[in-house]
Amino acid sequence: MSQKITVAQALVKCLEAEGISMIFGYPGAAICPFYDSLADSKIKHILVRHEANAGHAANGFARLSGKPAVCVATSGPGATNLITAIATAYMDSIPLVVITGQVSTEQIGRDVFQEADITGAAQPFVKHSYLIKNAEQVPEIVKKAFYIAGTGRPGPVLLDIPYDVQLSLIDFEYPENVEISSYKPCFEGNKLQVKRAAEAIKEAKKPLICAGGGLFTANARELAQSIAETANIPVICTMMGISLMPSDHPLFLGMVGMHGKSVSNRAISECDLLILLGARVGDRAATAIKEREDLKVIHIDIDPAEIGKNLPVNVPVVGDLKAVLTQLSEVIEPKQNEKWNEYLCGLKKQEITNNGSSETGVNPAAFLKDLSELLPEKCVVSADVGQNQIWTANNLKLRGGRFITSGGMGTMGYSVPAAIGAKSAVPEAEVIAICGDGSFQMQSMELATMIQHGIAVKIIIMANNRLGMVREVQANNYNNRLTAVFLDGSPDFVKLAVAYGIKGEYVNSISEAKSALENLLKSDKPYVLQVKVDENEKSIL
Amino acid sequence: MKHTISILVENNAGVLARISGLFARRGYNIHSLAVGVTDNDKISRITIVAEGSDYTLEQIEKQLNKLIDVIKVRSLPVEKLLARELVLVKVCCKPAERSELIDIAEITTAKISDVSTETMTLELSGNQYNIATFEELLKPYKIVEIVRTGTVAMQKGSEGLRI
Repeated sequence: MSQKITVAQALVKCLEAEGISMIFGYPGAAICPFYDSLADSKIKHILVRHEANAGHAANGFARLSGKPAVCVATSGPGATNLITAIATAYMDSIPLVVITGQVSTEQIGRDVFQEADITGAAQPFVKHSYLIKNAEQVPEIVKKAFYIAGTGRPGPVLLDIPYDVQLSLIDFEYPENVEISSYKPCFEGNKLQVKRAAEAIKEAKKPLICAGGGLFTANARELAQSIAETANIPVICTMMGISLMPSDHPLFLGMVGMHGKSVSNRAISECDLLILLGARVGDRAATAIKEREDLKVIHIDIDPAEIGKNLPVNVPVVGDLKAVLTQLSEVIEPKQNEKWNEYLCGLKKQEITNNGSSETGVNPAAFLKDLSELLPEKCVVSADVGQNQIWTANNLKLRGGRFITSGGMGTMGYSVPAAIGAKSAVPEAEVIAICGDGSFQMQSMELATMIQHGIAVKIIIMANNRLGMVREVQANNYNNRLTAVFLDGSPDFVKLAVAYGIKGEYVNSISEAKSALENLLKSDKPYVLQVKVDENEKSIL
Repeated sequence: MKHTISILVENNAGVLARISGLFARRGYNIHSLAVGVTDNDKISRITIVAEGSDYTLEQIEKQLNKLIDVIKVRSLPVEKLLARELVLVKVCCKPAERSELIDIAEITTAKISDVSTETMTLELSGNQYNIATFEELLKPYKIVEIVRTGTVAMQKGSEGLRI
């Protein structure tokens, strides 16, 4: 008989067996047995400075590695601090395995120190969760957790493990496969439905592809692009779909929705066939979609619950996008859609962005133009939430690389920890976090994480001393009565960076942008730019 | 519109909380809910009567299917619905009134489950209409307490809901 090991040791072995090389976390008493075992492993632990950021870092890591990533926290406040990160991952369908310590089983329910019902509290935001009371089941449950998190429509899976369970001795054997009778993620698309989709594309005069984050999840961006090229279908994307295609691709129009490009919104309101690829027709993206009699909709998604939820669909196809698009590419016929494409091309040319001067400070569009020109092809840009996000989404031109952001949840304080995770997954890529001075102050503690672990994330702070997006809402809808949007009291961010041992620079006018960006990109260490932006700048420039 | 939904679930801890939580957070109204194990003790069957449009029903079914512990979901067609509830009613009953209540029990096919010097407890299983009539008939007697289960239901005919 094999030698018994503790559940804590078994957990580490499970993670090793899953190929996990790095985890993000913050220890505490109830998770100490796990941390003690981690000391014997080659798995690298990144100590963040707030538990939510462990979740966001794992989120960034998962997006770039395409596999479930792991974050860890202790019981009680450690676990509840993770909830926003769990919800953020859930809304954007990011695979996470979240491990929390829990008080000992015999203490559960007695309101002891640092006890929180985290499986209960996180329930609306997880794909699944386990409060593990039976030590023997741990290997099987961990296997299931990775399987559930990473397959079908991905999402976070929570493992809450009581202290005494972590210390229990078990016979360890990691299962190679798991069978969950009630969970059968569907992979291929129904052949007949794929044929119907191809026919609809053939008949359409004004087809349009709207692509979402699902294309990244399914690793199907090239396939989608080649289908668009074969049938000359123009492409718009949601916030989650940015960077699925090179920004200057002739068929690519830009982001759609409330804060999107007008050409994209025109296209979606005038097309006769809308092909939704891994996009869930969220409210912010769907502002210009109206149910029309002359509009046909093809919706391809792995989650049947998204099909028909927000928009009636004529041709639903449930399945993994890569599988379905492979099937579709075999039956789709080349076509031109000349008039439609010419028309949209004309609209695209008319699209005006003010990238000229700003009253004071740096014009964000002009700054992002400079950044786009200097960025290497292999890059990750992590945008935060607020005006900085919209500026980046609409003005960053990527030739390759990847754009990430908290699209569904709109979580401020996402960009830096997510960039830390992304950089850890692809160390060779240039990874840049773009945030505002509001959101930066929700994550500035992570400068320490970057220094401690040598993670060379570059941070650009678009500073207007305002919560810019809220200010804009108040200006437009509340008679310009500005309430609680002034960020007076903020520190000098460059000096703050220096205090952490990080180099920084100010960009007070556009003429300073290029050299500052060159310095930022040249550095192989973390770097911070504080970019002065006019306080009255709007999100749509 | 009322819908009767049968759900087969893995008999795991917390599964009922996941299902009721889903109804609560997506704003679906639950009329009644009944849970019990099946002939396989690893599998429970839940019957939920919910209110909503056809769109809501479709969403309920799809969202339920996303829960990992949910094995099968079926909305039972009204024309083939075999639905039962159980009600226990304890009414004030002096010995002299017993024969009246025995009559009511006989007419309504209720059972007399308990008798005391002051009360009589009647038990009836039936569909919601039978039970409404039954309650109506007992109203003239002072009702001491009443307890009613949620609906359990299956589809009439030879077809069965199994895994």
